[in-house]
Amino acid sequence: MLEFFQYQFMQKALVAAVLVSVACGVVGSYVVIKRIVSLSGAISHAAFGGVGLGYFLGVNPVLAAIPFSIASAIAIGGVKQKVNISEDTAIGILWSVGMAIGVIFINLTPGYAPDLFSYLFGSILTVGNIDLYIMFVLDLIIIATVYLFRREFLAISFDEEFSKVVGLPALLIYMLLLALVALSVVVLIKIVGVILLIALFTIPAAISKQYTYNLRKLMILATIVGIILTSLGLILSYIFNLASGATIVMVLAVAFTISYYLKD
Amino acid sequence: MKAVELNNVSMKYNEQCVLQNINFSIEEKDFMAIIGPNGGGKSTLLKIILGILTPNNGEVKVFGREPKHARDLTGYLPQNLSFDRDFPINVYETVLTGRYHGLFKGYNKNDKEAVLCALKNVEMKDLIDRQISKLSGGQMQRVFIARAIVREPKLLLMDEPMASIDPEMQRSFYELMSQLKNKMAIVLVSHDVGAVSTHVDKIACLNRELFYHGPVENAADGLEEIYHCPIDLISHGIPHRVLREH
Ligand SMILES: Nc1ncnc2c1ncn2[C@@H]1O[C@H](COP(=O)(O)OP(=O)(O)OP(=O)(O)O)[C@@H](O)[C@H]1O
Ligand SMILES: [Mg+2]
Repeated sequence: MLEFFQYQFMQKALVAAVLVSVACGVVGSYVVIKRIVSLSGAISHAAFGGVGLGYFLGVNPVLAAIPFSIASAIAIGGVKQKVNISEDTAIGILWSVGMAIGVIFINLTPGYAPDLFSYLFGSILTVGNIDLYIMFVLDLIIIATVYLFRREFLAISFDEEFSKVVGLPALLIYMLLLALVALSVVVLIKIVGVILLIALFTIPAAISKQYTYNLRKLMILATIVGIILTSLGLILSYIFNLASGATIVMVLAVAFTISYYLKD
Repeated sequence: MKAVELNNVSMKYNEQCVLQNINFSIEEKDFMAIIGPNGGGKSTLLKIILGILTPNNGEVKVFGREPKHARDLTGYLPQNLSFDRDFPINVYETVLTGRYHGLFKGYNKNDKEAVLCALKNVEMKDLIDRQISKLSGGQMQRVFIARAIVREPKLLLMDEPMASIDPEMQRSFYELMSQLKNKMAIVLVSHDVGAVSTHVDKIACLNRELFYHGPVENAADGLEEIYHCPIDLISHGIPHRVLREH
């Protein structure tokens, strides 16, 4: 009986690790090279507002987080046009206001909010098949979008001003990229939680960036690195009964340190 | 048709006026240098022509169109770039972005040939696979010059193209420009008045206002006005033209 549960867990952990790592490897590569790490952190925290809204309305919090985090991503893109608010300030506001909205919605929801901890810090144990299906579909959307707009994403990541000069709708593409970040946040939300998931965007891509100068290879490598480290983290979290997000982050941090010293 | 027309253009950043009542035009085959002190508004003026910045006042037309709608006709070399130190892009891919055609439109064989040709022109063909930040400052500058000319624009705007370029390369740069000037209007922003004035046909002296705009020969007064001291137009050896004495 115990073996059966272990087997089932391992299966789920592996599927979850793959789904999470595809989003992190592909979108995380852009996050790192375009240096939008803190902005992505803000989008991930803002997604918690959507989780709270989901509880309040009685719908799946993961689904509720999708429109919420996309809206916050687009709001940030809109702010960029207005010269009188710096992006930095907008990030700070979005970060805390999104969380605050989530907390207030949960306060307003009668009764106890189950799984709340897992949305903050991640828990593979609360991941159901529905969640895995949602993650799968979002991954497909992410990959398709990146494939279709790979030229534009590369151009705005490298030199946004020049991309405008060659007639590329830079702001629109930037917002699309942020929307992809938002979707990836939703993919990660149950496994790692909003507070820690920025580590998954950055660390696999940062490790892989030391080994390649080609964006496509970077994405593939970051995905593979992500799968290995996330699976390891999930297994450790199961064995030691720790929050999966926190365990994964620690595994990533150790791997990053090792790769950094191996490189020299 | 004029390549560029500016009517009464004024530009402010946070209430501080950096361009005031600029009226001038660039002809289709002009080869012009914009000269002025630091902070004189040269880069701002180029960005207005490119439609990256919108002026507070006045009218800008590029080949008779709004600047934003003339972007298929312009090539641009920015003054500074900031990108991630080890951004995963090589020389070839960098120049290729200059051939962008639009959403869902890939790069074709012509684009690839144009990239190779542009890289040959700036003598960077050997380093085509090199990752961009593994280049020296001058090599990087040449790659961005290639990216500006690879579009085969009708209006080429270059902000400080000579920054960190060695004398040998400067000579071949001006040679390249003299080949290109029959096909397009070229505008260079430069600090090196002496060097640039021996090559270009026209000069614009800019320091918030436009002090002079016309042939090089008569530019001395305009230069004096913007730099507040007499400027020797032929400081670089052999005079290529007979210039007015002062
Ligand atoms: N984004 C900005 N915000 C506020 N002020 C700006 C901005 N960009 C430029 N300025 C100001 O506008 C003026 C003109 O700047 P500009 O960059 O056009 O000068 P420039 O002639 O290109 O100078 P340089 O020779 O140093 O390149 C300067 O006084 C500068 O301080
Ligand atoms: Mg400048």
